[in-house]
Amino acid sequence: MAEIMKMSILRYRPETDEKPVWQSYDVPYNHETSILDALGYIKDELDPTLSYRWSCRMAICGSCGMMVNGQPKLGCKAFLRDYAGGELKLEALANFPIERDLVVDMSDFIAKLESIKPYIITQEPRSLDDGCTTQTPKQMEQYKQFSMCINCGLCYAACPQYGLDNKFTGPAALALIHRYNNDTRDQGKAERMKFINEEAGVWGCTFVGNCSVVCPKGVDPAAAIQLGKVESAKDYVIQMFKPGE
Amino acid sequence: MSKRKPYTREMKADWWRKDSFFTMYIIREGSSLVIALYCFMLIAGLFSLTQGQSSFETWLGFISHPITIVFQVLTLVWTLYHSYTWFQLAPKAANLWMGEKRVPDSWIVNAMYAALAGCSALGLIILFL
Ligand code: SF4
Ligand code: FES
Repeated sequence: MAEIMKMSILRYRPETDEKPVWQSYDVPYNHETSILDALGYIKDELDPTLSYRWSCRMAICGSCGMMVNGQPKLGCKAFLRDYAGGELKLEALANFPIERDLVVDMSDFIAKLESIKPYIITQEPRSLDDGCTTQTPKQMEQYKQFSMCINCGLCYAACPQYGLDNKFTGPAALALIHRYNNDTRDQGKAERMKFINEEAGVWGCTFVGNCSVVCPKGVDPAAAIQLGKVESAKDYVIQMFKPGE
Repeated sequence: MSKRKPYTREMKADWWRKDSFFTMYIIREGSSLVIALYCFMLIAGLFSLTQGQSSFETWLGFISHPITIVFQVLTLVWTLYHSYTWFQLAPKAANLWMGEKRVPDSWIVNAMYAALAGCSALGLIILFL
């Protein structure tokens, strides 16, 4: 514990603060100290009033997203050693309303995830007697990376289209549509096409591409959305030739 | 009573200047402005062609004015930059497979450059034939 890092945190206490204010703390750190560890140190040793969210501290629960020097990061997956010699500025996840300090209100994001039917839909119910469903490696490759999402919301904080207008369905939810539509076990694509086709669906994306850069789980939402545009365009042409609709 | 009072941070008009990734994005998209102007210039040329020789010559004079040439060079460079960024991103919009293997991203990017070179060569051949 030799080095000291100056950490500035954007505080917001709704009962007293009109708007968020910066507050600095000096935090000792070593090679292993994550930002989440540093927040724990502040909470335990310096200022028990600080609020932030966390649970797994191993990049799997998706609770600890925050802006670290302006970039969306998981607090448990970012380390003070990588910011040595500089200063750290922590702020609640961008593009979401601040509830308190580093805690944001994610209800809009969660509602979007829920709205796109993120589960396998089958037309014919299957029984145990049908045996297990097999998939080739190629079939699995079509959706696997998109199923790695931990719903952390970093991609929403990285998306200016969502920031400018939160009607946009956004990266993770659109990637999740792609995940289920491209799973050979699923038959719900027709039900989900409307979420892709609408203005707030894939066409709300201008391919900034930052969502894929910041994703801590290697998901590529930008790719899912561009492939969604291809699907949506095909769907449009097919609908034109469908009689009686 | 609830003490909740969620605070919404406004996005200012200069949001894209705060982060170099966003700045590069706006530069990429900004090319559409010069390309639109350039297209208007070409359409004006077509229109002047229908108005007789003197009108067309005035247009020829206009496009060979130093300021317009600077504009055309700017359009070319900006468009090439846009093409470069688009080619880099193109593999994301393609899900191409060869048998059980995904087509490598570099193949898709190289195919885009090959297509650009092919079209440019064709344009030059038509021009000088
Ligand atoms: S796609 Fe990535 S960044 Fe977006 S919510 Fe899922 S894990 Fe987080
Ligand atoms: S604490 Fe679970 S993702 Fe960071």
